Amino acid sequence: MKKQSIRFKNYFYTFTLLWLLWYAFTTSLQPAELTVGAVLSLFVAWITVKYFDCCDPILIYPGRIVYFVGYFFVFLRALIKANFDVARRVINPKLPINPGIVKFESKLHNRFAKMVLANSITLTPGTLTVDVIGNTFYIHWIDVKGGDPETAYKEIAEPFERILLKIYG
Amino acid sequence: METVLLILHYAGLFLILLGSVFLFLGALGIYRMPDLYNRLQAGTKASTLGAMSTILGVGLIQPSWFIKLFIIVIFIALANPLSSHALARASYKAGVKPIITSDTDEYAAVADEAGRPKTEKNTQTL
Amino acid sequence: MTAIVINIALMLIGTAAFIGLLRFVKGPTAADRAVASDTLSVIGIAGLVLLAYVFRRYIYTDLALVYAVLGFIGIIVIARFIERAL
Repeated sequence: MKKQSIRFKNYFYTFTLLWLLWYAFTTSLQPAELTVGAVLSLFVAWITVKYFDCCDPILIYPGRIVYFVGYFFVFLRALIKANFDVARRVINPKLPINPGIVKFESKLHNRFAKMVLANSITLTPGTLTVDVIGNTFYIHWIDVKGGDPETAYKEIAEPFERILLKIYG
Repeated sequence: METVLLILHYAGLFLILLGSVFLFLGALGIYRMPDLYNRLQAGTKASTLGAMSTILGVGLIQPSWFIKLFIIVIFIALANPLSSHALARASYKAGVKPIITSDTDEYAAVADEAGRPKTEKNTQTL
Repeated sequence: MTAIVINIALMLIGTAAFIGLLRFVKGPTAADRAVASDTLSVIGIAGLVLLAYVFRRYIYTDLALVYAVLGFIGIIVIARFIERAL
């Protein structure tokens, strides 16, 4: 019984998300367009519902939205810093780099949260996610400050994971 | 209303200029960096922010286009790191050696276990 | 003012595409070429949106969206191919 309701819930969220996406693409409210969109959304939802585990109504509680907005600003700041970092390294004729691949353990369990963390790490200063195996992240670091996992965790992942743990933890 | 549109217009122009400068720096990074992984680093970050900023700038200048341009921006922000991650992992497992100057390469053991070829000769072709 | 800024931006994007193309021609391994092609597709998307504004054609943004999706899928397929078969 429990499993059934979870599956129905997932169908509903996938379908709603896809239909909203359809509306954003077409931006028209004509009945014909909306009907075609609904039929196609149902079909795509039927195929892809088993991959859909990112969202839950639990995430729409106000506290979590505050954390999402906070995460967005932390991320944006890191992204802009990363770009000036890249610009500095690229323009410098001597190419100041000291690359290496480090690893650290993450405390996150949700798959979507791990994807968000990996993407954020790729877009922040001097780091690139090479692989994620279980909870171990392998990071290519353009300017290694310390090879052991604790230093890497502190320098690379902590500001993001602190917020993600509050949302998904 | 007119003033708001004018402010949006100039903000959009600023974002377009900033974005194109970052796109240029990303391409320069692709050209100048010494190995594949450093190229990915420079290319991904700079081109992601550059494209996002340019597209949002156009969206601010033409507010009626904003929804679709915002979808493109979200898609680039989600997809670009994923594709560079896939490329980095694939080329490491295929045997493209990174330049390591700091004595830490934790991933080598994992890649060797997964059957990374010892020689680099077949990565030079194609 | 607007025309000058747009022209400068188009020139920068064009130069960026040219430099990316140099790496695409030069890059010693297939993976290097894939990296260059990835960056080139993102540069192309930004250029397409900018051109859509220059010509005031809303429909060109659809082209940019489709190119974004197809470029992403193409890079993923190339990555799978490099990982297994190279």
